[in-house]
Amino acid sequence: MQATVALAGNPNSGKTTLFNELTGAHQHVGNYPGVTVEKKEGTYNHKDFTLHIVDLPGTYSLTAYSLEEVVARNYLVNEKPEVVINIVDSSNLERNLYLAVQFLEMGIPVCIALNMMDVAKKRGIEVNAEKLSTLLGVPVVPTIARTGQGKNELMESAAHIVKEKRKFGALKISYGDDVDNAMLDMEKEIGTNNFLTDTYPARWIALKYMEKDEQILSQGKKTNPELAAKLEVTVKKVSSHLLNTLDTYPEAMIADQRYGYIKSILKQGVIYQKYDPNRLYSSDKIDKVLTNRFLGPLIMLAVLAVLFHVVFSYSKVPVGWLEGLFGWIGHSLYTLLPDGLLRSLIVSGIIDGVGGVLGFVPLIMFMFFGIAFLEDSGYLARVAFMLDRVFRIFGLHGSSVMAFIVSGGIAGGCAVPGVMATRTLKSPRERLATLLTVPFMNCGAKLPVFALLIAAFFEKHEAAIMFAITRRASSGALRVAKLLRLTVIKGASTPFVMELPPYRMPTFKGLAIHTWERTWQYIKKAGTVILGFSIILWAMMTFPMLPESRVAEFESGRQSLLGSVPASVSGELQSADKGSDRSGEALNLKKQLQSIDYAEAEASLRYSAAGRIGTALESVSRWAGFDWRTNIALIGGFAAKEVMVSTLGTAYSLGEVDPEESGSLSRTLANDPGWSPLMALGLIVFTMFYAPCIVAVVSIAKESGSWKWGAFAIIFNTLLAFGLAVLIFQTGSALGVLVR
Amino acid sequence: MRINIRQMADNQAGTITAVKVAGDLGQRIREMGLVPGTEIRIQGRAPLYDPVALRVRGATLTLRNNEADFIEVEVEV
Repeated sequence: MQATVALAGNPNSGKTTLFNELTGAHQHVGNYPGVTVEKKEGTYNHKDFTLHIVDLPGTYSLTAYSLEEVVARNYLVNEKPEVVINIVDSSNLERNLYLAVQFLEMGIPVCIALNMMDVAKKRGIEVNAEKLSTLLGVPVVPTIARTGQGKNELMESAAHIVKEKRKFGALKISYGDDVDNAMLDMEKEIGTNNFLTDTYPARWIALKYMEKDEQILSQGKKTNPELAAKLEVTVKKVSSHLLNTLDTYPEAMIADQRYGYIKSILKQGVIYQKYDPNRLYSSDKIDKVLTNRFLGPLIMLAVLAVLFHVVFSYSKVPVGWLEGLFGWIGHSLYTLLPDGLLRSLIVSGIIDGVGGVLGFVPLIMFMFFGIAFLEDSGYLARVAFMLDRVFRIFGLHGSSVMAFIVSGGIAGGCAVPGVMATRTLKSPRERLATLLTVPFMNCGAKLPVFALLIAAFFEKHEAAIMFAITRRASSGALRVAKLLRLTVIKGASTPFVMELPPYRMPTFKGLAIHTWERTWQYIKKAGTVILGFSIILWAMMTFPMLPESRVAEFESGRQSLLGSVPASVSGELQSADKGSDRSGEALNLKKQLQSIDYAEAEASLRYSAAGRIGTALESVSRWAGFDWRTNIALIGGFAAKEVMVSTLGTAYSLGEVDPEESGSLSRTLANDPGWSPLMALGLIVFTMFYAPCIVAVVSIAKESGSWKWGAFAIIFNTLLAFGLAVLIFQTGSALGVLVR
Repeated sequence: MRINIRQMADNQAGTITAVKVAGDLGQRIREMGLVPGTEIRIQGRAPLYDPVALRVRGATLTLRNNEADFIEVEVEV
């Protein structure tokens, strides 16, 4: 026998743990069609049946206010799973049954998993599963998801529902005379007109009209505008009557009555509580310290610093391995392949591209492991609680903090895991504003650029300037977030009403599955796109190639140089024994040859598409004092910010400069008449704010669910950065500050 | 005496008498179990005195002060 089973339940009810227990490694993660809500599927085999299990997003209710709820509801209505397993936390039964009641109102086949029986027992709560089952009229199975206890019984009970083809009638609760009477009339009208009844039960449609459910209202308008208007009038009458007589709303009445129904059931011997439900448990005692007015923030700083350290320091080792591996592959292929375009494409385009994609993998794994630990343990909710007041000023949410810290709250972060860290944010507008602004933070790749410019122009004030850059980056990011929330992503803040779940030790299995899923998704989804882009960038900086005549010019320069020295010297240079000491003449010759190579590299870069774009943009970029060399470097920085340093090196005929040792380049810049401290300052600010690197842009597009936001990040950020750089350069020039 | 949650002191207990808000926020508040007749106790406030943490039906919920303003509570004087 085969059937589809949907897992539904409140956040923190142990739904994901149960899903992992049931499906083990046989999971598939995707998205619900058209939205960024994650869809997890898996299979469970037992005895004579195979169940296809779908993990619905965790919700408290089935309104149309949040994406998760709409997704869960649409899935139930459109896909019609044979059974819905509703996981409820038995230590929190009353609140968890609120969702269960809504499933019963829909009249769909439900089976309740009475989860966390162990926690309930510890809290002196006893639940009579049989009694609850009799009163609700659906199977109720006690489970402990963390140990897997009861999972087979639960599945057997679900399979039983399928085999018996049991019918479930919709639960009818009285919502008070006014609402009830109006709903009876509405139900009749809906039934006789077949209004949306192909998809939903008639009473449920009436109920959703009473709750002013936007999704159903707009569907209704499309199907039968006349009847829809009539129904809305009825609801309006009830609303104004309730407001006048009881000072309440229909949806409030409905919620009250649902809780009343739950209470009446629990009272009939379903639950026995030894203690006052609001007594404090060890978790609350821990909270007295961890959210204490003075200690709380200090501990939080320490925890975040440790997280940052773990993510960025410990991941260095595997990142180093990967870099070494790709360096080795690149080098081997470089020596194996003949000189030419193919070698350049494979080594500089593909190997560097793949290396760039995979280089982030350890970082992403460590970050997701760390954040999953904080989230599953319950601490992340406390961080949001403590910091919400600060982030709300900028139109963000307390949970935004993680993304900002990871992206560069402490120097050396990275926006790619930062953008992905916004997944813990459930408020859509706040989430979008966060993921669009975290790339402004000081990531590790921008540091070599700043170091280069500071060394060239502000050596005396190095520490002070670096500190100022870090501070400006975060305050800039927050201000832009505010600006976006007032303009393109405007809208009221999403309600903060949130649960502080009891502290729990996360299970290693849960953390490992979570980390692996996210990392694999990054490799699979972002990886291919990023590889494509890095090949395009490589092509832009390679083609069109220098015409034959100019290549010949450089070659004849080399030949005449070689001809001008005695054959012994040139012979010495070409001798295979590279380790031996060379004479002064030979070294001199080598240097001269190298400078010709570098000049050729500069000429080809300028001749390439990127070079032409850089040159063409000069007329505009002059406003900020940038010449074509800087422009090319900025285009190169789009691949990864530290590439700016090596590209500038090539553009200044210094060869590819190692970002870690840019001394020669900084001396060149310092002595170049085209540069000034003022321009360097403008460039620092431009680098801070301009388009995120490709990897970050792709992550933004994937996380926001739309390429529109990826494009927005490129265009908006670059315009903002340019505006700031021009402002600095023009004001400084006018005032004669920092000029030569 | 009837006051709203913002005016309650830490550790003060009371019974909700009304939730005077409709729409998204109203639904969010209700679905978390904050409906008239529910006993609550203020568990504490964030370091900047906002949001506030409540003990409700054996769980801890948090809400911002401007959201808590809509919830009216009967308290012992």
